Amino acid sequence: MALKKEIVAQIAKLARLEVDESDLDLMCSELSQILAWVEQLEEVDIGSVPPMTSVIEMDLKFREDVVTDGNQADDVIANAPERDHHFFVVPKVIE
Amino acid sequence: MAAEESLIGLSIAEMRDGMRLGEFTAVDLAEAHIAAAESVRELGAYILETPERALEMAAASDARRSKNQIGTLEGIPLAIKDLFCTKGVGTTAASRILDGFVPSYESSVTTNLWRAGAVMTGKANMDEFAMGSSNMTSYFGHVQNPWRRVGDNQPVTPGGSSGGSAALVAANVVPGATGTDTGGSIRQPAAFCGVVGMKPTYGRCSRWGIIAFASSLDQAGPVTRTVRDAAILLRAMAGHDAKDSTSVDVAVPDYEAELSGDMRGLRVGIPKEYRVDGMPSEIEELWLEGADWLRRSGAEIIDISLPHTQYALPTYYIIAPAEASSNLARYDGVKYGLRIADDDLQVQYEKTRGAGFGAEVKRRIMIGTYVLSAGYYDAYYLRAQRVRSLIADDFNQAFEKVDVILTPTTPHQAFLLGEKLEDPVAMYLNDVFTVPSSLAGLPAISVPSGLSDNSLPLGLQLIAPAFREPTLFSVATSLESCAGFVSRPTIVAKKT
Repeated sequence: MALKKEIVAQIAKLARLEVDESDLDLMCSELSQILAWVEQLEEVDIGSVPPMTSVIEMDLKFREDVVTDGNQADDVIANAPERDHHFFVVPKVIE
Repeated sequence: MAAEESLIGLSIAEMRDGMRLGEFTAVDLAEAHIAAAESVRELGAYILETPERALEMAAASDARRSKNQIGTLEGIPLAIKDLFCTKGVGTTAASRILDGFVPSYESSVTTNLWRAGAVMTGKANMDEFAMGSSNMTSYFGHVQNPWRRVGDNQPVTPGGSSGGSAALVAANVVPGATGTDTGGSIRQPAAFCGVVGMKPTYGRCSRWGIIAFASSLDQAGPVTRTVRDAAILLRAMAGHDAKDSTSVDVAVPDYEAELSGDMRGLRVGIPKEYRVDGMPSEIEELWLEGADWLRRSGAEIIDISLPHTQYALPTYYIIAPAEASSNLARYDGVKYGLRIADDDLQVQYEKTRGAGFGAEVKRRIMIGTYVLSAGYYDAYYLRAQRVRSLIADDFNQAFEKVDVILTPTTPHQAFLLGEKLEDPVAMYLNDVFTVPSSLAGLPAISVPSGLSDNSLPLGLQLIAPAFREPTLFSVATSLESCAGFVSRPTIVAKKT
């Protein structure tokens, strides 16, 4: 299926990706090509086959609900682009 | 021990034995491999060399040895794909968005390696976020394959995404490296570079601390020059980890003890669907030859069918981008990594991610976002997961008749650097033989088995049922000894 430019711009918005207006046409044709190619799955008779939910059959483990980690605020903020004490700094989002 | 020349090009097993006999030390090995890295920097295979850390770790290893504390990889130099978080050592996933990121924790796989005594020589280059089959998508420059075609000197792709790991091992810069494989990212570069690459069963190695691409497919594995070394390295990497709920609590066998290579009574399947249109005759011939080697070694060759093979790639290119778009949502310029500042938080996200991710990563995030968006989830993602069940079931049925499956690793030899970049789908077709087993979570190994008509390496792939790595290593040993692959690349580390 051929994607419209507005749809590609909308996907970019959802994905929080800035895309230059000049790149939209190329992206449009590349994504359309990839989607047209994956759409061959429509011809597979999937009947009542269940979707795969676990690659290797196994039961998920349970553990005691106790604290096993923590108190590492210095490590957590060590790579932050901007920080103040033990806080991540972002632009003001609430007026 | 002075003659470093004898230390470059040794296998892990030979290094282990040499240190045991006191012929050389871990520090000797580290020094030789630091010099080796310097001699082939034009390959671009390391993002970061860590010589000081290597010497420090080697000295600690020698100290342990003097106290008779000897791990299974004691003193062995290894390169680590830059997808594994290494405490205090920059880790980038070859992306601008993580340029300068220094983890404050160590991945479980590398923790296991250091506990076994291994020595880190550096962080290997790769495709950005492990998305690619050419090593052209790295923010830190592309990697060159150390092999050249006969008669021309044009740079050849090492494959990807673990292309730096495969190139380093092929060029004798290290005897082994870690890789990760999501749809063929260990096996395809191993085939292109003439080395052994192994993807274990999903859940065999912990994914904790490995930067996530597609969580239901990602799996760590070894890249080495011999099958024995792959067995040694995997044993050290593997094991249950409470920090990864999909890591499997099954004891890790001593794979090296399983390398009998005894093929008698073994049933080897040849899937007819892997004869794809336009496959060069040299690939087909090598495949037939490989089957013949195993037959003459005592195996029974059986034709099998994996009927949904042709749907594996489109299935993969829905599931992997969907998981990637979700996993990569964390790169927001707030907690770590690149930030392109703006007064508006939404705009800051968009600018940061627009500048931080390369073209292929953006393409996959876009595809993933689209197939998961409201109204399309059932048509794309859910359908793909159903087809994935059919693909896994194909293998289940085949393994009622055979013990192992033999296929080519790639549908063609390594291409030139820069080829196929214009056409994303043509690039995706590289992984046609490796993706099906990834979707089914099965262990598979690529063994260098021959040369193309212009002298580039070609690999054969073996696929086994889940947790049958011992069978895989044993058949791979037989294949390796029949192939007798002794050719060396054009560019190898200088002996000093």
